[in-house]
Amino acid sequence: MAKNDVKAKLRKRKIKAFVSQVLANKMALFGTVVLFLFILVAIFGPLLVPFSVLEFGEVEDMLNPPGPGHVLGTDDMGRDVLGYLIAGSRISLLVGALATGISMVIGTVIGIVSGYSGKAIDNVLMRITDFFLVIPWLPLMMVLAAILGTSIWNIIVVIGVTSWAGTARVVRSQTLSVRENQFVERTVSIGAGSGHIMLHHILPNVFPLVFANTILIAAAAITSETTLSFLGLGDPAHASWGMMLHYAFETGATSTGAWWYFLPPGLCVVAVVLAFTLMGYAFDEILNPKLKER
Amino acid sequence: MKDVREALVRVEGLKVHFQIREGFFSGLLSKEKKVVRAVDGVTFAIDQGEILSLVGESGSGKTTVGKTILQLVPPTEGVVVFDGAPVPQDREGLKAFRQNAQMIFQDPYQALNPRHYIIDIVAEPLDVAGLVKTAEEREQRVREALEQAGLTPADDYFYRYPYELSGGQRQRVVIAGALILGPRFIVADEPVSMLDASIRTGILKLMLHLRDTKGIAYLFITHDLSLAWLISDRIAIMYLGRIMEIGIADEIIKAGLHPYTQALMAIMPVPGQTREGERPVLEGETPNAAVEIMGCKFSSRCPRATERCRLEQPELMELSAGHSVACFPVQEEYKKNIENMTGERVNV
Repeated sequence: MAKNDVKAKLRKRKIKAFVSQVLANKMALFGTVVLFLFILVAIFGPLLVPFSVLEFGEVEDMLNPPGPGHVLGTDDMGRDVLGYLIAGSRISLLVGALATGISMVIGTVIGIVSGYSGKAIDNVLMRITDFFLVIPWLPLMMVLAAILGTSIWNIIVVIGVTSWAGTARVVRSQTLSVRENQFVERTVSIGAGSGHIMLHHILPNVFPLVFANTILIAAAAITSETTLSFLGLGDPAHASWGMMLHYAFETGATSTGAWWYFLPPGLCVVAVVLAFTLMGYAFDEILNPKLKER
Repeated sequence: MKDVREALVRVEGLKVHFQIREGFFSGLLSKEKKVVRAVDGVTFAIDQGEILSLVGESGSGKTTVGKTILQLVPPTEGVVVFDGAPVPQDREGLKAFRQNAQMIFQDPYQALNPRHYIIDIVAEPLDVAGLVKTAEEREQRVREALEQAGLTPADDYFYRYPYELSGGQRQRVVIAGALILGPRFIVADEPVSMLDASIRTGILKLMLHLRDTKGIAYLFITHDLSLAWLISDRIAIMYLGRIMEIGIADEIIKAGLHPYTQALMAIMPVPGQTREGERPVLEGETPNAAVEIMGCKFSSRCPRATERCRLEQPELMELSAGHSVACFPVQEEYKKNIENMTGERVNV
């Protein structure tokens, strides 16, 4: 259909404009490239470097420094550190992405409903949000993870459920300003219900903010996963950067000077979190034209 | 009311009071809640195909009256009667009412969601009411509405965003959205005040054309007396939430009786005419609507105010066919004239 062509063309033009803005922004470009590399490694790496958490090496393979055969050396169980690192990137990124998704959905829904409904509903929802905002997140996550048990899915849920409060706050404040627009009043005057208005008018107008916020939350989610795993609350059946750091610390790799064991996962976490953060700030700037003026 | 014929829209004794939010401690200390009397007892009727202008300064409550009629603001007191029955308050009834009564907004830059296509904006009332089944039907209805609003060829506008259109075009989109359900009554809240002078005429002509072809009645809200004169059949002058004078447009403009109307007239520019002599210019400012005024709302600024004006609130009194004034001195003068002519005492 000709009409759909026009629609698709307009959307393409919009995406093109966004991409060119991202390319022009060095922070965003750097973040995107780094993240893209990590995602590529996470997807294809395990095919090139096969690895299993349960396959232990021989005694003479334990804690060997980098050398031929093992580019990044071996760990205390004689496993290849590079293989572990690549396998770990999968879990770390997966946990980050899924936990962020949960957090984004909860935060957006609560923020929009709270901001649009106002009055009692707003009060109740915001007090709940305040609770999650002020409660120290680390002990809360530790308690939840300990109660629910150590599995990847529990960790995802725990991180998602504890990290939405900031998004809810930001979305709520944006909703408060969007709902004052006359087009919202116009929609009320044609007889639309709250659900229609929130879905068709508020959501599209707060979405850029949600998007930028989401990227920042992804960074926090990956840090959280690393922290939980490092503290021993991770899933031992799956390799992740946090688990690696946990084992490295437990076996005293830090004190014996086995830098090839704990440095790579640490640097990977820093690189990914930095990439997400740079992207988040850059997208915030691109999608929120008011910030650009400053 | 002696009007036997039922008007399309009738507003009776409408009051809209807004409570002011106070600080926590002052709220504890003062028992009485502070109230802004945005609309304080307004009664009027609009016939099928009639244009009634509601003229007043900002803060006179004219927009609130419009929004209350459309049930966007709940009334504190009074009723809105549409087509012979009070506007229903249940979901279904309200939905049906909203298909018949629409609003045109002041600022076409704000009234359109910047992230929606024109076709979706115009079709939204249809989508909300669930009136169309197929995409073709939806497109056809939008096409008709856009063409009625003077945007041709309509198809060119379907997949454009509001920011790609000019102010006049946007206002036409707003009008198309209001027309698509085939309403019988439209509240136009300062529909041209944000537009360039060159575009205004087009929009006003469009509104008049729609009245003539579709019999749509308008409540035209404006602060511009000359604009009201140009477009409307009748004019109601509002001040601080009350109607001061209401009547045929020509009569109000040429023979307005209320001191407030006369003060507004004095500052209205008349083309090709330089006015000589004194012009009565109002002194002071409109009083705060949060402060209760016992007598006539205008008494604090009125050059003709008497003791009675400050103590009692005058009601609208019909002095000639369809021309009512709420002013004690004017009403008394009228009484005296009649008494002199007939020699009888008139009791009003």
